[in-house]
Amino acid sequence: MKFSENWLREWVSPKISTEELVEQLTMAGLEVDATESAANQFNGVVVGEVISVGKHPDADKLNICQVSNGKETFQVVCGAPNVAVGQKVPFALVGAKLAEDFKIKQAKLRGAESNGMLCSAEELGLAEKSDGILELPSDAKVGQDIRDYLKLDDTVIDVDLTPNRGDCLSIRGIAREVGVLNKSAVNAPQVDDVPNSIDDVFPVELLSPEDCPRYLGRVIRHVDVSAVSPVWLQEKLRRSGIRSIDPAVDVTNYVMLELGQPLHAFDLDVLDKGIQVRKAKQSEKLVLLDGREVDLNKETLVIADHEKALAIAGVMGGEHSGVNKNTQHLFLESAFFNPLSIAGKARTYGMHTDASHRFERGVDYGLPKLAIERATQLLLEIVGGEAGPVIVTDADLPASKEVKLRASKVLSLLGLDIPAAEIVDILTRLGLEVLESDSESWLFKVPSWRFDISIEVDLLEELARIYGYNNLPISVAATGGHLKSATESKISLKQLRRRLVSQGYQEVISYSFVEPELENKLSQQGVQAITLSNPISSEMSVMRRNLWSGLLQTLKYNQNRQQDRVRIFESGLVFSKTDDGIQQDAMLGGLIWGNQVPEQWAESARSNDFYDIKGDVESLLGMTNDFSAFSFEAGEHPALQVGQTACITRDQKAIGWLGALNPQLQKALDIPGKVYLFELAIKDLIEASQTKVSTLSKYPSVRRDLALVVDTNLNYADLESVIREHAGEFLEKIVLFDVYQGENIQAGKQSLALGLTFQNPSRTLNDDEINGIINKCIKALEAQFNAELR
Amino acid sequence: MDNLEALTSSALQAITQAENAAELDGLRVQYLGKKGSLTEQLKTLGKLPADARPAAGAAINQSKQQVQAAINQRKETIDSAATSELLQREAVDVTLPGRAQQAGALHPVTRTIERIEDIFSAAGFDTVEGPEIEDEYHNFEALNIPDHHPARAMHDTFYFDANTLLRTHTSTVQIRTMEAGEAPFRIICPGRVYRCDSDLTHTPMFHQVEGLLIDENVSFADLKGIIEDFLKVFFEADLSVRFRPSYFPFTEPSAEVDVQCVNCGGEGCRVCSHTGWIEILGCGMVHPKVLELSGIDSERYSGYAFGMGVDRLAMLRYQIKDLRLLFENDLRFLQQFS
Repeated sequence: MKFSENWLREWVSPKISTEELVEQLTMAGLEVDATESAANQFNGVVVGEVISVGKHPDADKLNICQVSNGKETFQVVCGAPNVAVGQKVPFALVGAKLAEDFKIKQAKLRGAESNGMLCSAEELGLAEKSDGILELPSDAKVGQDIRDYLKLDDTVIDVDLTPNRGDCLSIRGIAREVGVLNKSAVNAPQVDDVPNSIDDVFPVELLSPEDCPRYLGRVIRHVDVSAVSPVWLQEKLRRSGIRSIDPAVDVTNYVMLELGQPLHAFDLDVLDKGIQVRKAKQSEKLVLLDGREVDLNKETLVIADHEKALAIAGVMGGEHSGVNKNTQHLFLESAFFNPLSIAGKARTYGMHTDASHRFERGVDYGLPKLAIERATQLLLEIVGGEAGPVIVTDADLPASKEVKLRASKVLSLLGLDIPAAEIVDILTRLGLEVLESDSESWLFKVPSWRFDISIEVDLLEELARIYGYNNLPISVAATGGHLKSATESKISLKQLRRRLVSQGYQEVISYSFVEPELENKLSQQGVQAITLSNPISSEMSVMRRNLWSGLLQTLKYNQNRQQDRVRIFESGLVFSKTDDGIQQDAMLGGLIWGNQVPEQWAESARSNDFYDIKGDVESLLGMTNDFSAFSFEAGEHPALQVGQTACITRDQKAIGWLGALNPQLQKALDIPGKVYLFELAIKDLIEASQTKVSTLSKYPSVRRDLALVVDTNLNYADLESVIREHAGEFLEKIVLFDVYQGENIQAGKQSLALGLTFQNPSRTLNDDEINGIINKCIKALEAQFNAELR
Repeated sequence: MDNLEALTSSALQAITQAENAAELDGLRVQYLGKKGSLTEQLKTLGKLPADARPAAGAAINQSKQQVQAAINQRKETIDSAATSELLQREAVDVTLPGRAQQAGALHPVTRTIERIEDIFSAAGFDTVEGPEIEDEYHNFEALNIPDHHPARAMHDTFYFDANTLLRTHTSTVQIRTMEAGEAPFRIICPGRVYRCDSDLTHTPMFHQVEGLLIDENVSFADLKGIIEDFLKVFFEADLSVRFRPSYFPFTEPSAEVDVQCVNCGGEGCRVCSHTGWIEILGCGMVHPKVLELSGIDSERYSGYAFGMGVDRLAMLRYQIKDLRLLFENDLRFLQQFS
């Protein structure tokens, strides 16, 4: 809601500055978004009168005018096409300053002397664009400073109203608030009922009384729509951001801004028999004022005549029945529509109008009468004509609301301890009426303009608002009674993130909706993706099924910015559709690319390989204190390279993937060098067992090293599990310290070097025992894997 | 006895010329060992007259001590030369950079969320998370935003179908928490939220932290207290805080909270649009309808809720000037947080 401060001050004018007024509105919940001057900062412009106009002898488009400032007459050369004798116009005298770098000087134009300039609205900052000079009303006082005449020393205040405060979408509403805040009287302009000079009426039927319980109509005959709205009216509209169109539209807009009641004027001659307010028929057609044809649905309330729909009620009028330059007779509408019947309707048709904005928030059902009288009064002044009587058609109007307020709640919910009289004073200033009261509570009647007050807490808010939120007491936050739980049976995401960060991974956050083509190539078959119906763009249209497309996009982005080594991770939900509905699982995913260590003097450069990222993942798994429950099994995933893909399981359940990016995808993405990825399901990862320390043996441990020659296609994990099976309870640790293929080893074979450490908690192990165990292991390895000692 | 003197002086001579510990040890054995030449001298005592034995014995012992002392001294000299040679050999350039992985870092949004969690955790708030794909009911209806409510137009919602959407706020999590449990509640709910809006100051995905406290006798004064405390702790400054009446369908009374501009201290600057204030969060007392819809007796319990934009808090705290930096994931930006 944008309005002129001067206009507001016609209604209520507390002795506070503009800055104070703005602050006050903001702190009362009517947030001021911006303020601006009503016009450019110019001076030296007065109301001038054009005495004569003559052609410039040497220029077709210029006129030589004599212009009076009331005292003297000046010769002015003017290029405006609309200049005419007798006109009152803004006249910038020599010495006037229209802008910082625009001073009016005496000049010669094609040889003719010019002492000043006649100004357009644009030049004064009153319009974005104008075609000619600004014509002022004939009664403008010649010589008066134009700033005084147009009251241009004014501020336009733009209030960003919350949806609950539809009652403030007018000067009247804002004035009411300012009055309450300053305890100032509000002086509404006098609106007398306009007596009818003719008896013409136009019948109205309310066929959907719940949606439209009140409809006022009036016939006005013999209007002159060619008249021009007076400058004062145009100026007020302009300062509220509304363009002047024609007097009928201007007056309805003016009354809407002034009082808050949207009105509509029909061309009476095209209306058939009478008005019917009804629901639209399904697919009924209507061409709107803006020229658009809409297919109405049967939920939409329309204003119709006996033949067809004329307007979408409370939203926009139709082209056919609108006032145009040939209109002679008007039918003026001023109605109350149920907010719920209007809410969302404009949006259904892709519209938002000043009327719908107000009606869906609620317009006082007490207003239509006042508004129609006000509009009639202004119309008769501007376009003339004869008014018929106002015909009021009422159905079931909403009952007035009554809300109880308990003093105890003022204390317990606001923490506010103030005298009862102050509570009553604040609320009655807001227009509430005490219907009943006792020592503990009051029953208030809510004014018809406050659609937002219906329960006790609404009254508390009003009380707090006027008392001032910042004047309300404040209490020191108390902490909860019990200590919070601090479990060690789960690892937190926080801990997992810290571990990755310490391993050199940088956390990233990418969008949850991604580009479908890449996403699809990265996802497993049989997992269905979910697509947005209204995405921002096709690149952000499908919900990710894993974290890798975001990580790969981040890699690309940084590669394009000359990064040569990337280690990143992200945590977040991934989404898919299953027979049971939508799956949303929290995942932790990572990517490494480039060299294993940053470029440095102390280590030679080596590219990452599978075991680098596997080591990082193992470190995460180890945090569970349950490492032996996890295993890595060779698997296949469309995003990953066959032969370098591991499915990670915990107690035989798949919980994630690890591997090199599928080389085809790597090529398609134009990534030089191998990329390694992992992803883990957080829910399955974080279950941890609490550490329980085992007793340390006092006796020495014994280590034996084995060098075994086995087939290269053997799975190391299988070999290790056979050793564990046969090595007995005193095996403390197995370390694989060398894997070798090449010279001295037959092709297709590899040498594995293992260190086995044994320890008994209660005695020293002897050589015979160890030899026995080792021999058992070797036999088993020979039998199962054809392993040979090297 | 001439023999003893000659022996001693040759021993001392040899000791001063010994060049390493092994050589020195050889000399020790040669002179002082069980069969060493000085030790052997003691055996000659028996041949002496009884009255001459004590003096001769003392002389031999003195010689032995003299030689032992010389050995010790020489050993020290040799050791310290070896040590200093070792030190010299092993000296490094301490200014060369260490052999390390480059550390990673948390994303500033995560860092901010963790910070908020930590602050509220100390006041007994648990962190709760919830789904991002939501239904109409939890995102709107249960929060007292019925269909066609004008407030819905303020949420440019991403839809999958008529009933399924991406949550527009983390307030959904308070509903799910209240539905599933029994009052009192004391939670904060961080997470991603989505609105169909993308320009210089809006990204279609951003982050919120929602807070909820429901208990008996909770008042607006408690809300004011915790918000003021939080902002001072979060920004580590004694900032002015103001509460403005506002409107959210799920709270009543509702407030917007402004904090004194952290950039200019309230003088007015680009960050605060020259107002001296920064709009930082929305809050209010939970609307009785919201409590009732989630099965909580609104006569017995009351409570407050607050919601803040994490991305904006992160930008203010770390002086990030462009919102888009947050989701471009440029490593040159992110690594500044390591």
